Amino acid sequence: MKRVAITGAGTINPLGYDVPGTLEAMREGRCGIGPLNVRDVERLSVRIGGQVKDYDEHAHFNRQQIALFDRFTQFALLAAEQAINQSGLEFSGALAAQSGVILGTSGGGLSTQDDNYRTVYEDGKNRVHPFVVPKLMNNSATSHLSMKWNLKGPSFTVATACASSNHAMGQAFHMIRSGMTKVMVTGGSEAMLCFGGVKAWEGLRVMSKDACRPFSATRNGMVQGEGAGVFVFEEMGRARKRGAEILAEVVGFAMTSDAADIVMPSRQGAARAITGAVGDARMDPSDIGYINAHGTGTAANDKTECAAVSDVFGAHADNLLISSTKSMHGHLIGGTSAVELLACIMAVRDGIIAPTIGYEEHDPECALDVVPNEARDAKIGTALSNAFAFGGLNAVLALRAV
Amino acid sequence: MSVRERVIKIIAVQAMLETEDVSGENSLEELGIDSLGLVESIFAIEEEFGIEVPFNANEPDSGEFDITSVDAIARAVEAILAERRE
Repeated sequence: MKRVAITGAGTINPLGYDVPGTLEAMREGRCGIGPLNVRDVERLSVRIGGQVKDYDEHAHFNRQQIALFDRFTQFALLAAEQAINQSGLEFSGALAAQSGVILGTSGGGLSTQDDNYRTVYEDGKNRVHPFVVPKLMNNSATSHLSMKWNLKGPSFTVATACASSNHAMGQAFHMIRSGMTKVMVTGGSEAMLCFGGVKAWEGLRVMSKDACRPFSATRNGMVQGEGAGVFVFEEMGRARKRGAEILAEVVGFAMTSDAADIVMPSRQGAARAITGAVGDARMDPSDIGYINAHGTGTAANDKTECAAVSDVFGAHADNLLISSTKSMHGHLIGGTSAVELLACIMAVRDGIIAPTIGYEEHDPECALDVVPNEARDAKIGTALSNAFAFGGLNAVLALRAV
Repeated sequence: MSVRERVIKIIAVQAMLETEDVSGENSLEELGIDSLGLVESIFAIEEEFGIEVPFNANEPDSGEFDITSVDAIARAVEAILAERRE
């Protein structure tokens, strides 16, 4: 089995336009959630979100590109450019054939759908732009990324709601580990903060109208965010040989299905995924120092996740640190675990644990060290990143310091 | 039909019961309505009465909209309707 290194990272999200900016915001416990700026916001009952601030697509893409790139594709391309530039890789010949792209997304080109449904239903027009289909399709970001960077190996898009990015990165990890590919560009992207996207979420009545406060007794729901995180996963021997900077090693991955409920989380399903990832990394639960929680800030998720962590780690649950960075960037749905992997890299590489901000009051059902409100220094060998999706699909990644 | 009768009808449909099998003292849980069924019932109430029901599934006991029993829900709907008439 091959080992898997991360040799590049890129992002654009409510906390920053790149990795250093995002990690700085996480260290400082800055909140990227604020009033939503979307068309018809006055008709929404939820009016906050984690938007990418002051984003101007024209500053990054030309007219022809914008006609083809939905916002989620734009975010993926911007994040990927940072990651691939950092890796220093150029894809040609045999390497191009053995390198691919796997991205997660849930809504894909939802803003494009929203805009064009308006055109035909609200504005009564009988014609839409010819590129609507290639712009809205869920694999659009993956395909444009492969075209831009000449990535000709296995490439596809994964849609498992809130676990999409972890499922995508898990597949990329498996492919390199098995020797199937040499390099994978992987992560996820989401841009659901449009009228229709938020309106649909409102219906479930799980959204907070004021803030995302994971693990706090005062939590009252999730807050949606948008953005992308993209990484370069590379076979370790290859990365070492060319002297690449290695940000962290991906050491384990596991996925489970609750087979139980379409929205309610399962303690057993989550615990099995966490146990699986630790086992896949050939580690003992006591080796885990930090968990980037799924931590959505809903009543149901946070208590179920803490119970699952207690089940898996026993007494060690009181020693490890667990935080939810969704308190700062919101829930990026299909892109969320990609941005959250950055917090895991910061933990194992820099020894800094991103906080759970907005924490107000202890909840006995979430009685773990959730790193409330302020970042903390801690020497961490191995970190986990949890993702538990609607539909009961769970995916957990394990990262180790190099 | 009174507000209470209309509420009972909605809840009976959700619980897949006959209206006469739904009592005012019943909680939704007793009627076999789970969290998704509750959210769907509230949606149906909003549509039936043309109102906005303040309900966050993360804070079901916050007191904004009492869902402890069928009668409590009917009273809460009546209160919203009365407020709208004022």
